[in-house]
Amino acid sequence: MSVRRLAATEVQPASFAFSPENEAWAATVIAKFPAGKQASAVIPFLMRAQEQEGWVSKAAIETIADRLAMKHIRVLEVATFYTQFQLAPVGSVAHIQVCGTTPCMLRGSDGIIEVCKTRIAHHAHELSADGRFSWEEVECLGACVNAPMVAVASDTYEDLTVETFNAVLDAFERGETPAPGPQNGRNGAMAEGGQTSLTDPGLYDGSYRVNIVTQGK
Amino acid sequence: MAKIKIDGNEIDVAAEATLLQACEAAGAEVPRFCFHERLSIAGNCRMCLVEVKGGPPKPQASCAMSVKDLRPGPNGEPPEVYTNTPMVKRAREGVMEFLLINHPLDCPICDQGGECDLQDQAMAYGIDAGRFHENKRAVEDKYIGPLVKTVMTRCIQCTRCVRFTAEVAGAGDLGLISRGEDVEITTYLGAAMASELQGNVVDLCPVGALTSRPYEFTARPWELTKTESIDVMDAVGCNIRVDVKGREVVRILPRLNEDVNEEWISDKTRHVVDGLKTQRLDRPYVRVAGKLTASTWSHALGVVAEKVKGTDPNKVGIVVGDFASAEELFAVKSLADALGIANVDARADGSCLDGAAGRGSYLFNATIAGIEAADAILIVGSNPRLEAPVLNARIRKRWRKGGCTIGVIGEEADLNYAYNFLGEGPNAVANLASGNNGFLEVLKAASKPLILVGNAVTARDDGPAVIAALAKLAVDVGAATAEWNGFSILHTAASRVAALDLGVVPGEGGLATRDILAGCASGAIETLILVGADEIDTSKLGSAFVVYLGTHGDAGAHRADVILPGAAYTEKSGTWVNTEGRVQVGARAAFPVGDAREDWAIVRALSALVGKTLPFDSLAQLRAALEAAHPTYAGVDEIAEGHHEDVAKLAAGAGGALGGADFVSPVTDFYLTNPIARASAIMAECSKLAAARVAAAAE
Repeated sequence: MSVRRLAATEVQPASFAFSPENEAWAATVIAKFPAGKQASAVIPFLMRAQEQEGWVSKAAIETIADRLAMKHIRVLEVATFYTQFQLAPVGSVAHIQVCGTTPCMLRGSDGIIEVCKTRIAHHAHELSADGRFSWEEVECLGACVNAPMVAVASDTYEDLTVETFNAVLDAFERGETPAPGPQNGRNGAMAEGGQTSLTDPGLYDGSYRVNIVTQGK
Repeated sequence: MAKIKIDGNEIDVAAEATLLQACEAAGAEVPRFCFHERLSIAGNCRMCLVEVKGGPPKPQASCAMSVKDLRPGPNGEPPEVYTNTPMVKRAREGVMEFLLINHPLDCPICDQGGECDLQDQAMAYGIDAGRFHENKRAVEDKYIGPLVKTVMTRCIQCTRCVRFTAEVAGAGDLGLISRGEDVEITTYLGAAMASELQGNVVDLCPVGALTSRPYEFTARPWELTKTESIDVMDAVGCNIRVDVKGREVVRILPRLNEDVNEEWISDKTRHVVDGLKTQRLDRPYVRVAGKLTASTWSHALGVVAEKVKGTDPNKVGIVVGDFASAEELFAVKSLADALGIANVDARADGSCLDGAAGRGSYLFNATIAGIEAADAILIVGSNPRLEAPVLNARIRKRWRKGGCTIGVIGEEADLNYAYNFLGEGPNAVANLASGNNGFLEVLKAASKPLILVGNAVTARDDGPAVIAALAKLAVDVGAATAEWNGFSILHTAASRVAALDLGVVPGEGGLATRDILAGCASGAIETLILVGADEIDTSKLGSAFVVYLGTHGDAGAHRADVILPGAAYTEKSGTWVNTEGRVQVGARAAFPVGDAREDWAIVRALSALVGKTLPFDSLAQLRAALEAAHPTYAGVDEIAEGHHEDVAKLAAGAGGALGGADFVSPVTDFYLTNPIARASAIMAECSKLAAARVAAAAE
């Protein structure tokens, strides 16, 4: 983790406004909190602003602060505290969040990061030359059983190898959205190569069923 | 109350008290950085760790755990807390070692050196050496305004400053951004702080991260002579400590007084210091052939005495300014009486309050501490944030506690708390009194309604009528009863209450300030004596002979024909009575500059030359005479309460028609309200910044 600052003035947009759908959503969020406690909506608002724009700009911070009757510094505190908020522009197509925590690291996340460095940008949070991609290393994404993994927005790509990760990036580059989930063909968190235990079909067709009501009699 | 054993001594404390407070009550010292009595509890410095029995089996932050959180023993024994066990000692050493990981060892060049909590506590509770050899953290330096200098690598993230600006000052301009080892205290993107109370964060900072910029590298605390005094920048009468190095006042700090300023002072009070050095009148001057030329005391006083003796007393006017102490007012009044001069007025702003209705008619009857008891507040014709920032912080404190509705008639300014805006002028008062806007019910329903009346009401033509209307309102809503007198006048001049107490107002047939000034223009007044009065229009004094007794080369001195250099408030011992009527005595911290003399002595010397020698040769004798004439002045730090019947008298007073003009606060520029502040370069810079903020907000 490093010192988190707002992005340079040159890249900051002049203004920020929620889209009409988000505006309607914002009204429902504020309504959840008692009168005078609307500041509680600051984190959902920042997150929604990030989902809309890709990152949290100075204009977004100030607009949200004014909207929630908070001092600007209070919202800046929140935005800089949570590393989940991107304070600089991210790739327009995909911002790759690579899990680098121990299980993923043991399963080869270093290779994934290496791909990011060569294909996207040498440093995390840096835009690729065409501005379409960026990447960062994040803490545990919560699917260690499918390590290594990356997250792109709300989709995760799991069980990656350098090859399959390259394929995912290729698909993004072509403008497609690759199918999220394990990239080695397995289903969810099932054992790789099929089941190795609990394979007896009788477990599932009811032939081992015991009537617990009559059994003891 | 709950029983608790501290280091084996059983004591009784409130169940809500924190362990830290309980330890203090038992006489056990607990070191702390982030905990402060007047701020919310953060519990992030961990310095106050204690060992508890009846709680979790680990060192506990005593500031963040209350007595009622602890369980009694198996047989109902009171819970036990230890502050002197090996566990506590090791815990404190550990915390101190962590705090010092990133704290630079620059004490020799740090302004906090010698009065630094971290330094003191490292000596008392730390160990002799650190075990961390890694590089220390570096933090970008910040600019947060002309008053507070930052060296952010020294910050230990106690967040006292953040909590102060958010809670007490209400400006909320400081924040703690980022997290973990990267946290930094900063304003929003390098903006300067906007609060009038920002200087207090310097006192709160336990290390040298926030220090006073005007005071940087000026002195070490052990080089200073410390004198307890009273502030005169506003009528609150903040208790201050004046620090002097050699002959020069180098800084002003607040003193604790729960009833007046708690432990805060405004930036003007604190940083007006450099104004005491510049533009000073250090020798008498006499105007010769249209030019002020340096003179001697005997010559200057001779000229004045000649002039006063040669003028009909009805053609002499005396206007006393805002800084005068009670002793000076008494001396001036005595001299005027002796000479038969009735045109005496200490209300340079043209206030209509003359004290005729009794003391209750011009005091802040509710008292400053009493604000915290009020449950409805109506502010009329005042911007307390600019007129008395410390008192405004008290109103904010009351508002934060909840259950207090505030209404404002006058300017719709940002007061740092929410209020109901009820209108701009006297019409709104009438409207309120007739029950048209619902606030009358609020005041009536309140058990302790407070009606705060500012200078914008008293210093206008229809002042008596508005005052009478407000006094009537106060009586009607039960704000002026024997149990609770909430009719409160907020003055802006430190001299005002004493002046009204001592009757330094026009005598029988005498002229008030405005008429005296008009008399100068028309020729009806031939000799005008200004005793530190600069807040008047000196451009229209006609051909009057003007004597100026004061400290600074400001408006009055520029127009004067004779200048008699006086002593500033730090250079004399004086009695000041604050807006609530509290008699407070300030001691002399430094000597007057050059040939300047204490004002009462000048008046005394003049009295001898005009043949009406005043009966006191020393300040002690003057004070004795003052106390003999006004016994309440012997009760230092006491309030002789005004009678609540005085408010009813005021209500029955003259009246007249209400005008239509809006109330306009006399304080437009907080930083430049008096000659000392106008002579201060730092106040000028603050004023410029404030003006830029207003301009930016208007865009």
